[in-house]
Amino acid sequence: MAVRQDDIARRARWVGTVLVLALLGGCSANWGWYVVDPTKASGQTNLLFLIGGLKYTILLSVVSILISVLIGLLIALAGLSANRFLRGVNRVYVEFVRAIPLLVLILWVYYGLPELVGLNLGVFWAGVIALAVGDSAFQAEIFRAGIQSVGRGQLEAARSISLSYWDTMRYIVLPQAIRRILPALGNQFVYVLKMSSLVSVIGMQELTRRANELVVTEYRALEIYSVLVLEYLVLILIVSAGVRRLERRMRADERE
Amino acid sequence: MSGTVIEVRDVVKTFGEFRALNAVSMGVAAGEKIVVCGPSGSGKSTLIRCINRLETHDAGRIEVEGIELTDKTADQARREVGMVFQQFNLFPHLTVLRNLTLGPMRVRGLSQADAEARAMEYLGRVRIPEQAEKFPSQLSGGQQQRVAIARALCMEPRIMLFDEPTSALDPEMIAEVLDVMVELAQSGMTMIVVTHEMGFAKRVADRMVFMDKGEIVETAPPEEFFSAPETERCQKFLQQILGH
Repeated sequence: MAVRQDDIARRARWVGTVLVLALLGGCSANWGWYVVDPTKASGQTNLLFLIGGLKYTILLSVVSILISVLIGLLIALAGLSANRFLRGVNRVYVEFVRAIPLLVLILWVYYGLPELVGLNLGVFWAGVIALAVGDSAFQAEIFRAGIQSVGRGQLEAARSISLSYWDTMRYIVLPQAIRRILPALGNQFVYVLKMSSLVSVIGMQELTRRANELVVTEYRALEIYSVLVLEYLVLILIVSAGVRRLERRMRADERE
Repeated sequence: MSGTVIEVRDVVKTFGEFRALNAVSMGVAAGEKIVVCGPSGSGKSTLIRCINRLETHDAGRIEVEGIELTDKTADQARREVGMVFQQFNLFPHLTVLRNLTLGPMRVRGLSQADAEARAMEYLGRVRIPEQAEKFPSQLSGGQQQRVAIARALCMEPRIMLFDEPTSALDPEMIAEVLDVMVELAQSGMTMIVVTHEMGFAKRVADRMVFMDKGEIVETAPPEEFFSAPETERCQKFLQQILGH
């Protein structure tokens, strides 16, 4: 197994090298790499413009994921409640939200919702709401599985020392559940990061929107979108590494 | 009422078709030590789980310290009752010390310093104060069960329930747990112990309760219970567990 992974890594490196050389070769040929060439003044301006979208993409994703985790947790707790009405709320919410394509949700929240509530949301908050709600149904299912994986004995022990419901969740159940669902939560974070590109359709100045705008003025789709791909790639590799580190750290002090 | 801390009256508990408790009645006086035994499935665990309201009874009434157990009063009544489980049920993600201080801090409102002082006192009583900073999985089964006893005692309950506390232990660890329980009994704690450790029962029990098929079949002081069991079912049971 280990030998095989080494093998794959070597091949991946080889393919990567060839790709980079091909791209560099492209620079010297009559491709349009000048539009993002950091040694040229105009290329620099363009690159800074593209990278400037990073802060919106990150802000949008982080705020969305925080809200989504919160909604997801509450919906999961409702689903595990003894109360039949609350369980119904969970079922309807999860099934309903999961059925809406994210792009449709974004359009509906930005163009439709203001007419309904008479309140004009900016693109940022419209994007946050759509991303958070769209993701929260998945978070709810992840949390539900995680909470259910904590044994009945733990709940009984907590009850035997008279801990309240919320204390039991906070000190006993969630800390154990979150360790187990961390990989799934990491996945969801990556998913939200990528899906934040859809918010470009309502004019949010994040990475994808900026790339689109630059392509319209510069007519160099391959070069500009290649930079866009790299931006997402780097961002997501960083998140993945972060999640993996967190997992290792939590596993180290679980000692089960 | 005088001195009666637990009153169980005609309690019925069913799981689907299965009648786990069939009109069980029992009274426990303050300071009394009761050992409950019987074949598996006889309802003995269910009985003490009902007293701590980990199960809700279907009919009859249960009073703990004069409070009738209902959904509303369960939390209040449970504060006077400590429970020790067969599988220990320690919190694996918390240190031993944190396992012990969580309840006193969150439920009794003790400061961290007071809760830790109390925890160390009880860890001393179960003879493992040096393990305070370890995680449960780093301890042996016997040590874990003693931590579980200390965790229950940290809430300073007036009644302690034990649900087969030594059944999940390796034989060489049973004695260390029973020793702690004997000491606790000598300190005057009211105890209901579900166990098959008949040596322990002979030493500490004020009363033996034999259950079978969801009913209390026989109740007697240990001398009578072991020397002259009245019912055939009880005689057979005792032969089986003492026979070899």
